[in-house]
Amino acid sequence: MKGIAVTGMGVISSIGHHLSENLEALSSSKSGISFPEILQTTHTHLPVGEIKFNNTELSEILNLPKTQAYTRAALLGTFAVKELLKNLGWEKFPEETGFISGTSVGGIDATEKHFKQYAANSENNRFIQAQHPGFTTEKIAEYFELNSVVTNISTACSSSANAILVGARMIQCGRLKRVIVGGTDCLTKFTLNGFNSLKILSSNPCKPFDDRRDGLNLGEAAAYLMLEADDLVQNKPIARISGFGNANDAFHQTASSQNGEGAFLAMEKALKIAGLEKSQIDYINAHGTGTLNNDLSESMAIQRFFGEDIPLFSSTKAYTGHTLGAAGALEAIFSILSISENKIFPNLNFAEAMQETGYSPVSIIRKANLRHVLSNSLGFGGNCTSLIFSKDE
Amino acid sequence: MISPMSDLHIELKASIIEQLNLEDINLDEIENDEPLFGDGLGLDSIDALELIVLLEKDYGIKLNDPQQGKEIFNSINTMAAFIEKNRTK
Amino acid sequence: MNRVFINGIASISAQEDAVVENGNVALYSENNIAALDKNYKSIIAPMMLRRMSKAVKMGLWTSLNALKEAKIEIPQNIIFGTGKGCLQDTEKFLVQMLDSREGLLSPTSFIQSTHNTIGGQIALHLKCNAYNMTYSQNSNSFETAILDAMMKIGSGESENALVGGVEENADIITDFENFDGQLKQEKISNLVLLNSTTSGTIIAESAHAFVFTSKPNKAYAELLDVEIRLNCELENLNSWIFQFLDTYKLTSKDIGFVIMGNNGDARYDNYYKALQDSIFKETPQIAYKHLVGENNSISSYALWLASQIFKLNKISEVFKLNDIDMVNPKYALIYNQYLGKNHSLILLENA
Repeated sequence: MKGIAVTGMGVISSIGHHLSENLEALSSSKSGISFPEILQTTHTHLPVGEIKFNNTELSEILNLPKTQAYTRAALLGTFAVKELLKNLGWEKFPEETGFISGTSVGGIDATEKHFKQYAANSENNRFIQAQHPGFTTEKIAEYFELNSVVTNISTACSSSANAILVGARMIQCGRLKRVIVGGTDCLTKFTLNGFNSLKILSSNPCKPFDDRRDGLNLGEAAAYLMLEADDLVQNKPIARISGFGNANDAFHQTASSQNGEGAFLAMEKALKIAGLEKSQIDYINAHGTGTLNNDLSESMAIQRFFGEDIPLFSSTKAYTGHTLGAAGALEAIFSILSISENKIFPNLNFAEAMQETGYSPVSIIRKANLRHVLSNSLGFGGNCTSLIFSKDE
Repeated sequence: MISPMSDLHIELKASIIEQLNLEDINLDEIENDEPLFGDGLGLDSIDALELIVLLEKDYGIKLNDPQQGKEIFNSINTMAAFIEKNRTK
Repeated sequence: MNRVFINGIASISAQEDAVVENGNVALYSENNIAALDKNYKSIIAPMMLRRMSKAVKMGLWTSLNALKEAKIEIPQNIIFGTGKGCLQDTEKFLVQMLDSREGLLSPTSFIQSTHNTIGGQIALHLKCNAYNMTYSQNSNSFETAILDAMMKIGSGESENALVGGVEENADIITDFENFDGQLKQEKISNLVLLNSTTSGTIIAESAHAFVFTSKPNKAYAELLDVEIRLNCELENLNSWIFQFLDTYKLTSKDIGFVIMGNNGDARYDNYYKALQDSIFKETPQIAYKHLVGENNSISSYALWLASQIFKLNKISEVFKLNDIDMVNPKYALIYNQYLGKNHSLILLENA
């Protein structure tokens, strides 16, 4: 298939508040991992990919009134969509622009903050509804007066990859002509303590695909892309979404199967839709979280799928941390930047290949003419999604 | 060697039933030497994490590497022996 | 475009299924209602069941029953809507974390707190590797699930989809809705809820699952279309509905019965009342939230109800908002919104 046109991008992450800053950090191997300063937690020794704006600062940048009910994910999401609008060079989004956003925990940061204070007549009561993911999406949509299809996907760590997939399908079948897709998730005590209780957080900067990897770092980000039907596209698309696949591992609530069946099937479906041969994939932006389980399972899936000729691959999680529901869209933007800049961004902190596979990711920045890039997102509940981005040719 | 009918064995079975929501299982249905995982009681990796919490909370034993759990959680007997040796409370 | 039919249905709500025919209503006077219990042990293994929250149990139970009715073992898609997801496990983990000041935490409730736990556990139970999606958009969660399934089957990509909507209540988090005006502050019998002049509604748990297929055999109904909108001004509601119906060369007169989402919240029921008094004045009008309560996916009860009505060609008096008799309905329309937002229209045809 020719692919759905991507005509704009907007992003905020721990490596940059704008697209250009993100690109610069990626190109200069500059990680955004630090210790928590904004997030109020007792686990101050756990490294995170934190965006160093507090909520008041974000709210002021966005000119929101003091009585607003924007949780951090909504603030970051609004910030990133505003970036998208700016990068498109538009005043406002045209009518009938759809909005499909992915988030895993939505506004749980407000719930954990106000849980003990909610009571009759508390001024914080405006955040009660804000816990739920759809509310986050509504707030972002309302800021930009988006009023066509407005919906939210919550499939844990594959949420925004699925938002991109659903948006692309809506354009493909003519349901929408123009749609903003992506996702947002912020650091919360809920997720930090949750992943900590699973004993999969590293107390060091994460080392995806390294033999001595010992867990992931959480991060926060918001990332959105504009998708348009070809008859609306005015300028040359930045890239095209040529393939997408969604499958379920159906193995375990949190762990991935040893042979990575879900990831395998997602990649297989994506390639089929794109009508590409395996050998045409030039680079994989892997999910690569840095946990023992994920990186092994994903490697097995890649090995089974690609056989002898494994494409170049890297994980960008060591730059930003694992941004959960936002990760799929963040890495979609990184994949597209790879294509447009002809660069593979390196897998930071890598030293030694995993014994089980012997595979080494790209660990120093590398020039390459990339026509087709595969991006994987795998999550709790067995949800696996693969997206293929292609050069507009 | 601690007696197989020690208080610790019984206490462990009771806490495992409670912590892992095994409400349909009685104390005497868990054999001391029966494997807790796989074909025996049928526990899984989520349960293993819960057992790590149980060790720390009830006996003050901290397991930093979840891989360590594999041998310790083999059966009630192995768990009891490990706790006897390492407990701090 | 392939057509989309509803072939298997299953419901868990605050009412027995038979209420559609016999009108034997379970009465409630509180503002927070649990769904009726089912014999979960009969179809879910105890080792699986022990960790499942109500949402997961209900989602799995309805899914298995809908699949059985449609005679499909493994669906080609699993698509769920849940606005509030696994609230009980979320609350359990939150309380544990706050009370221990981020101390030693047991992970099980965190693992099961994500919104896609329901769809994931269904996949796990069925060993189904298929497309698996979870929408969580307030009162449009289930509607987006329908939309996705219609695209899957309509485009010819798939022949069937398991589609559902599930909501559970939690002790503390659901109780918060007393503070922000979502729930009624006075005790009120559910039977007279729709006459209420105060703000707020009653919230209840529910789960519904459907099997959509491209085959009309023994179908309950054909799904023609679904449309969602975040905001809709009251004065634009009629024209939106006209436009929606016009796509199928229909007018409001073609609609055999309309299912309205009135929930007794005097601030927002005017959306429904405007339609009751105007374009659907001569149409049999049906309501259901006074029987099964409000929640983010309760429009899945409306779809289940519409399926039943087409099959039975009758409906108990307790559901009726007006005296107009239903005569062999050909088309049905479901309209819903919550707190004046997340509006949806679902159009069905008798199969």
